[in-house]
Order: sequence, then C-alpha cells, then structure tokens
Amino acid sequence: MAARAPDVELLWWEGCPSTDEALAMLREEMAALGLDPHAIDVREVSTDADAQREEFVGSPTIRVDGRDVQPLAQEPVGLTCRVYRLADGRISPLPDRGEVRQTLRDAMKGGDD
Amino acid sequence: MAHATATKVGELAPQLELPDTHGTVHTLPMPEEAPATVVVWTCNHCPYARAWHDRIVRAADDYEGRGVRFLAINSNDAQRYPHDSLEAMRKRVEAESWPFPYLHDESQEAARAWAAQVTPHLYVLDSGLRVRYEGAPDADHMDPDQQGAWLREALDAVLAGQDPPRPATDPVGCSIKWKA
Repeated sequence: MAARAPDVELLWWEGCPSTDEALAMLREEMAALGLDPHAIDVREVSTDADAQREEFVGSPTIRVDGRDVQPLAQEPVGLTCRVYRLADGRISPLPDRGEVRQTLRDAMKGGDD
Repeated sequence: MAHATATKVGELAPQLELPDTHGTVHTLPMPEEAPATVVVWTCNHCPYARAWHDRIVRAADDYEGRGVRFLAINSNDAQRYPHDSLEAMRKRVEAESWPFPYLHDESQEAARAWAAQVTPHLYVLDSGLRVRYEGAPDADHMDPDQQGAWLREALDAVLAGQDPPRPATDPVGCSIKWKA
C-alpha cells in the first residue's frame, strides 16, 4: 500500500528572516520522501489574536498531521522567532533537518496502519 | 517596526546611559575611553542572537587584553516577550558568566537613538566613539568556525588606526520588539 500523504503546515511571522529557508528545507525533505513538495499549508501569523488561535510559539513552526516537528513545553504563545536546538547541540532558527524528515516518515507510516 | 535609518559608519555614536543586570549604570562616553568599543544589540529569545552569542563572548575574551570595551544591550518589550525581562537577563548573565555587562534599555530610547534594527546588531567604535563598523558578527550564524570574523576584522583595523576593510554589513536576526 502506498504511504499516505500527511497534512503539512508551515506557520510563519514576518519578524523572522528564516521563513524562506524553512520552506525550502521542508520542500526538499518532502520531495526526498516522494511527497508533493508544494502540498504545504503555508500560513502567516500576523497578530497576537492569530498567535493565540494557532497556539503559535514562534516562527517558523512546522506541523505534520498537527504534530510539531520539535514539540515544546511551556513556551509562551506569541509573535516571536523560535529557538531550535539541532542534533549536534547548535542553536538554530530552523528545526533539525533529521527531525523534520523523521516526523514526515512517521506520519507517512501512520497511514499504513 | 524597523527603522528606516541606522547609525551610520563615520558618525559619532549616540550617548548611552543604561543599567546592567545588577543595577550598575554604564555610560558612553565614559571618563577614559577605550581604544575600541563594541556595542551589540542582543536578547534572550532570538535564535540568531543566541547562535552568535558564544562567538561574541570569545571575541570579548580575546580582545580584553587590548582594552576593548564590550556592551550588550537588550531593548525588547519584556511585557510581550517575557524571556527578555530584566530578571531573565540577570539569570542568563549569572548562568553563563558573561564577560561584559548586559544593559537593559527598558524605555527603548537607546535602540531608537541608535536605530538598532535586529538582534544581533553590532557596532564597533573607535577611541573617539565614531562608528567604524556596523552589521553582523560574521557571515553565517550557523557556522561557529566563522568566529566572529567581521567583528574581529573591524577591531583589528580600529586598533591599528586603520579603516575596517568591510565597514558595513547587513545585520541579520530578529526584529527589535518595540512596545505598542
């Protein structure tokens, strides 16, 4: 059975310069897994009300089937840039590419159950 | 909101009078000026500022013996960004043993006077407090091997009484969080 295509979202805020890079990385990983790299729901979060509604803890936020690629605990909702920690320990404005890939893979496998 | 104009290379730096995380007030100018001064707008919550921070700290350590003065300033609206509160700043300075003062620009007047745009936004001043370099610490926030090369290049030039070969670069980072 073919793997299912997960719902992929990228939420961004204009105050962070990382959106284009995040979108490019996400598209590369989706294409590498055989997914349509343009099947991403890209949404701007531009107001505090948007942030509350989206439970947005920073830009960029990438969710696959609603699951954050790097879940956070106790982060305040708001219009801010998100601090990610890469697998090698570096601080980054982008999530770890390996975590993005794994989250996509997990979601694709979920469709086979 | 970002400001259209920035403190320009060649101009005299605006004055500063701001408290650090322990309440000590730091001024610019000060009675006996350093041969070079680095002023960097930074903050706690921005991944770009955090990614570059260790490189700026290493530069401060490396240039301490040559009398270079470093000042870090946080101007973000702490009400909307609690990670940038004075208490959060104090905890970070103590946990990380910062080698330079972390100044709190609660009114945001310093950021407006300097027209700081993002964190980090870095200025190198000569002994006359004229801006000699403005921009990013180096070319890539994700590459620690860069070691703050643009900052060091500017400092080496200023300390040698020369013009920095690269007087301005585009600062890259998170916008200053202005109060509503």
